[in-house]
Amino acid sequence: MVPTATERPGGAELVPAQPLLKIENLRTHLHLARGIVRAVDGVDLAVAQGETLGVVGESGSGKTMTSLSILRLLPKPMGRIAEGSITLDGTDLVRLSEEEMARSWRGRKISMISQDPLTSLNPVFSVGDQVGAPLRYHGLARSRRSLRETAVGLLRRVRIPSPEKRLDDYPHQFSGGMRQRVACAMAIACAPRLLIADEPTSNLDVTIQVQMMELFRELQAETGLGIILITHDLGVAAGICHRIAVMYAGRVVESGDVRDIYRRPAHPYTQALLAAIPHLGGGRRKRLQAIPGMPPSLIDPPTGCRFAPRCPHRMPRCADYPPSFQVGPTHKAACWLAEAGA
Amino acid sequence: MVGFVGKRVLHGLVSIVGASILIFVISRLSGDPIVLMLPVEAPPHVIEAMRRNLGLDLPLWRQYLIFAGHALTGDFGMSYRWQTPALDLVLDRLPATIELAVAGLVFSVCLAVPLGVLSAVHRGSWIDTVGKGFAMLGQAMPGFWVGLLLILVFSIRLNWLPAFGHGGISHLIMPAIALGWYPVAAQTRIVRSAMLDVLESDYIRMGRALGAPERVLVWKYAFRNAAVPLVTMLGVYFASMLGGAFVIEVIFAWPGLGRTVVEAVFSRDFPVVQAGVLFTSILFVTCNLLVDLSYGLIDPRIRRDG
Repeated sequence: MVPTATERPGGAELVPAQPLLKIENLRTHLHLARGIVRAVDGVDLAVAQGETLGVVGESGSGKTMTSLSILRLLPKPMGRIAEGSITLDGTDLVRLSEEEMARSWRGRKISMISQDPLTSLNPVFSVGDQVGAPLRYHGLARSRRSLRETAVGLLRRVRIPSPEKRLDDYPHQFSGGMRQRVACAMAIACAPRLLIADEPTSNLDVTIQVQMMELFRELQAETGLGIILITHDLGVAAGICHRIAVMYAGRVVESGDVRDIYRRPAHPYTQALLAAIPHLGGGRRKRLQAIPGMPPSLIDPPTGCRFAPRCPHRMPRCADYPPSFQVGPTHKAACWLAEAGA
Repeated sequence: MVGFVGKRVLHGLVSIVGASILIFVISRLSGDPIVLMLPVEAPPHVIEAMRRNLGLDLPLWRQYLIFAGHALTGDFGMSYRWQTPALDLVLDRLPATIELAVAGLVFSVCLAVPLGVLSAVHRGSWIDTVGKGFAMLGQAMPGFWVGLLLILVFSIRLNWLPAFGHGGISHLIMPAIALGWYPVAAQTRIVRSAMLDVLESDYIRMGRALGAPERVLVWKYAFRNAAVPLVTMLGVYFASMLGGAFVIEVIFAWPGLGRTVVEAVFSRDFPVVQAGVLFTSILFVTCNLLVDLSYGLIDPRIRRDG
């Protein structure tokens, strides 16, 4: 599943000096009645042009909150970015007004594909209406006819067969995989720089997952799109990502080149995640490895390493939060065990 | 689609026949019309002759068959009281009833839709509180009382609007408000809850993430989805306004079908009651049929599955 070097466009400069997106020390809080949930607690991430970054973690690890922070679409009124910066193309998105975000960033430079292909299209509008809609929002449509032509072109780009005939069809007339393609066409309509795909394949069957990932790769090769793929599935991430960031309890615990993460995982949490992937042909004797325990509450998180209570290698030092240690040229892990390897 | 429409029309016809039988039997249970038509001291043979003359001496089932046979040719008999064809009397009053029902419906929708949508969009804010308060008030105030209050304030105190009668727009305003008052509450609630559901959905979130202006998201993408339950309800309300406006018609002396039927009931004027109720049920069935068909226009999924 791990892509070889030839399959990875731009694989050489994994972290360029000028990344497309740079997130620094992002802290996103949810203000609930029972307290402040530190959903994202000091996250650093970078995505280069033409690169796919996989953000992997269990539900509640802060990966979706990170992506909603980038789009500035946190749940209202409780969600707030408390600290940090999100720089896309040299502009700090955190400082933009809501109006600027809507007018010239969302859908224009940053796009999103949401989790469920079956519900991400509006059931009462035709596919043709919806695919071209982002062009209308951003004033990029000249006429009705040119919009229709653009819509056909977009559907063709996501490999929908005979798109002219399907323009007036409604979402319920498409299969799940085809609907996800339509959603994808909408997301790339305005030629964005960054695409956030939140579990884009989790509700699709495996062959269609593979097709979707191929589609992402093709689009990326054509346009140099930066992609953030949010998933809980390390297998899916391995198939498409150049780099991986593993999140746990609101923090990035390990990040690096996809091969480093898979071959030399440095953080015990990453190791546990990898062990939890079911393998075909493992036989009946090999039981599925579950990670014991539960992630900590993010209302009052422990001061030390947040994985420590579940960690098989727990040491007294884990009471202090470990800094990010450089394990390889592009490989970092926030674990005291990695200090020796650094 | 043709099969779907055919089936619905058939259902409608069965309902209409059922309604005609019911009203035929029930109106005859209300008493003997001859007693009201002739003086108290009329001799028995005159009463008997009158009864035979009107066909009221026959068994009930034969009376019904005769009525149904004539009704099919458009003949609903002569009004016992006015000595004019019952059908003419009904058709004469029908436009005023439809006019009032349409006005009542327009009033309720114009108030309920913005109120419901805004309450959903600004959930938990003061707008939501006002909307909820209004909905509760609407539910708690019966139409006839609202009508009387309106007359008291706008006709008697302020002298702005005529208290009764039929004429221009000024005559229509108060009866329409009184008639549309009660449905506002229910419609506001249904719009609000449908909008809350839809606004949470993935496609609205996706639209927002792709930069759709909030106005488009709410009024175009979300509202069209939320409109299906509203339209169902409007069909039912419109039909019941057509048939059930008699209280309002009586208060405002509105020359509509409802008032005519009520008067006919009191005078045991069977042909008029029968024609009036049958027409009301035809309107009711037609409304429901149109509602069923309109779903397809709003929601393509129903178009196909139907």
